[in-house]
Amino acid sequence: MSELDLQNKKVAPFASSETIDGQIATLNLGPTHPATHGIFQNVLQIDGERILSAEQTIGYIHRAFEKLAEHRPYNQITPITDRLNYCSSPINNMGWHMTVEKLIGAEMPKRVDYMRVIVMELARIADHLVCNSVIGVDTGALTGFTYMFQEREKIYDIYEEICGARLTTNVGRIGGFDRDFNKTFITKLRTFLKEFPKNHDEFGALLERNRIFMDRTIGAGPISAERALNYSFAGPNLRAAGVDYDVRVMKPYSSYEDFDFNIPVGNDGDTYDRFMVRQLEIKESLKIIHQALENLPEGDYHADIPSFYLPPKEEVYSSMEALIYHFKIVMGETPIPKGEVYHSVEGGNGELGYYLVSDGGRNPYRLHFRRPCFIYYQAYPEMIKGSLLSDAILTMSSMNVIAGELDA
Amino acid sequence: MSEFASTIKETLLTRFPDASYELDAYQEHNFFLSVGNLHEVIEWLQGEGFNFLTDLTGSHYPDKEGAQFQVVYHIHHLSQNLRLRLKVDLAEDSIEIPTITDLYAAANWMERETFDFFGIQFVGHPNLTRILNVDDMDYHPMLKAYALEDETRTDKDDTFFGR
Repeated sequence: MSELDLQNKKVAPFASSETIDGQIATLNLGPTHPATHGIFQNVLQIDGERILSAEQTIGYIHRAFEKLAEHRPYNQITPITDRLNYCSSPINNMGWHMTVEKLIGAEMPKRVDYMRVIVMELARIADHLVCNSVIGVDTGALTGFTYMFQEREKIYDIYEEICGARLTTNVGRIGGFDRDFNKTFITKLRTFLKEFPKNHDEFGALLERNRIFMDRTIGAGPISAERALNYSFAGPNLRAAGVDYDVRVMKPYSSYEDFDFNIPVGNDGDTYDRFMVRQLEIKESLKIIHQALENLPEGDYHADIPSFYLPPKEEVYSSMEALIYHFKIVMGETPIPKGEVYHSVEGGNGELGYYLVSDGGRNPYRLHFRRPCFIYYQAYPEMIKGSLLSDAILTMSSMNVIAGELDA
Repeated sequence: MSEFASTIKETLLTRFPDASYELDAYQEHNFFLSVGNLHEVIEWLQGEGFNFLTDLTGSHYPDKEGAQFQVVYHIHHLSQNLRLRLKVDLAEDSIEIPTITDLYAAANWMERETFDFFGIQFVGHPNLTRILNVDDMDYHPMLKAYALEDETRTDKDDTFFGR
């Protein structure tokens, strides 16, 4: 096999006999290269267009989040989590809130759970849209990207209504939300739910059965289910390899057990499967949002835990009780139980975990983020070995490696 | 506790008598292992179907005599949906622990990260070098001895609340 095996759409493994007089070149892919979509360096050994080996260097945007977290009160850690996977900040924020709520043993009202589910699923859609449209860009199809970024813009407009921010959302509080969904939020969300599926289907029609796109992505950067599990893949990348592990189903949080949705799984774990799993997950997320919005329970938008939940600003200025709680929370006078918890949520890229050790102090004693990107990106050299350089670019974008999450 | 969880617990404690067990307040299963049996225990657990290494990290407790470091493993049995937390205490003067990269490929970078930030030596690791910090850094920044900021700075002092 010298060229592509056209029958099976698989790239032939590298055979040393093909080496042209041992002309092996070293190629620096990154750290700042438009095709890597972030700051990653890969030193590739290439023979013509085939990759013999890759050596990764990471840490270019390491910001010492775990050290920072040891010096901040609990509610000031939320903005740090924004900057992990910045394509789906709300999931990170709420994962952190839920971790602290688990530590202090707080029960959330159903309304908070459902509100969180709506915002988290919107974030998942935004995350998957970025990843999938960028796969299109890397195969040369810029059109889908421009249309899908318009849709992502609409999701950001919805975020603005609930938290005022767009990218680094810092949404919610420990104990719920800082405000209820307003009318504009509901209107914008309903408009989005009405218009988005059509536009998304158009995007799907552009790529899903596109001959050129399929030729480029099928068989590019495959990984078997066994290797994916051994590398602790999670999220869409693991499901594309055929393992139906989803934290939302395995360890339900925030009332995910109330919703009816499917877990799409792939077969080969290649770029096409990863793309398709994300496409289908967007549809499932829409289903969840519909259910949550239709059944949104009445009630309070935060839990009744005054010693942990930051009171609304207007109350701080007008009521003595709120002022005292505000002062105690901000100055770290609230007693936090000792103990350690591990809580994980299904982030845009898979199991996003928080390992929190509390010694009862104002700050966490130790906080470790299980960042799915960091863990699965180490399989990259194995996945691209023997493949073409252009496939390696596709593999990276389809793995959705986010620099912020990778380097923490 | 599920039937599977109690079987695992009983078998593990019988096979490895110096291991101990605690079910904590959050209903999470904690096993305390020693450096000697760690690799053997994880190998056995992997054989029992714990095929997903969720997390691997370290902690620093400078005040705990003889157990200044702790390495924490979270492993997950996907089909039984059981997650275990394994802990190994290390004394400051012997921070060597066997690697589990031969069992889980995912442990490679997690161990490098733990080495980078805590200085824990994973014996047998194929490439135990710094991963997120610069190579010529000569200390391990997550140790409690290192403050977040330069303590000699005076420009941010607050008379009432300190730093």
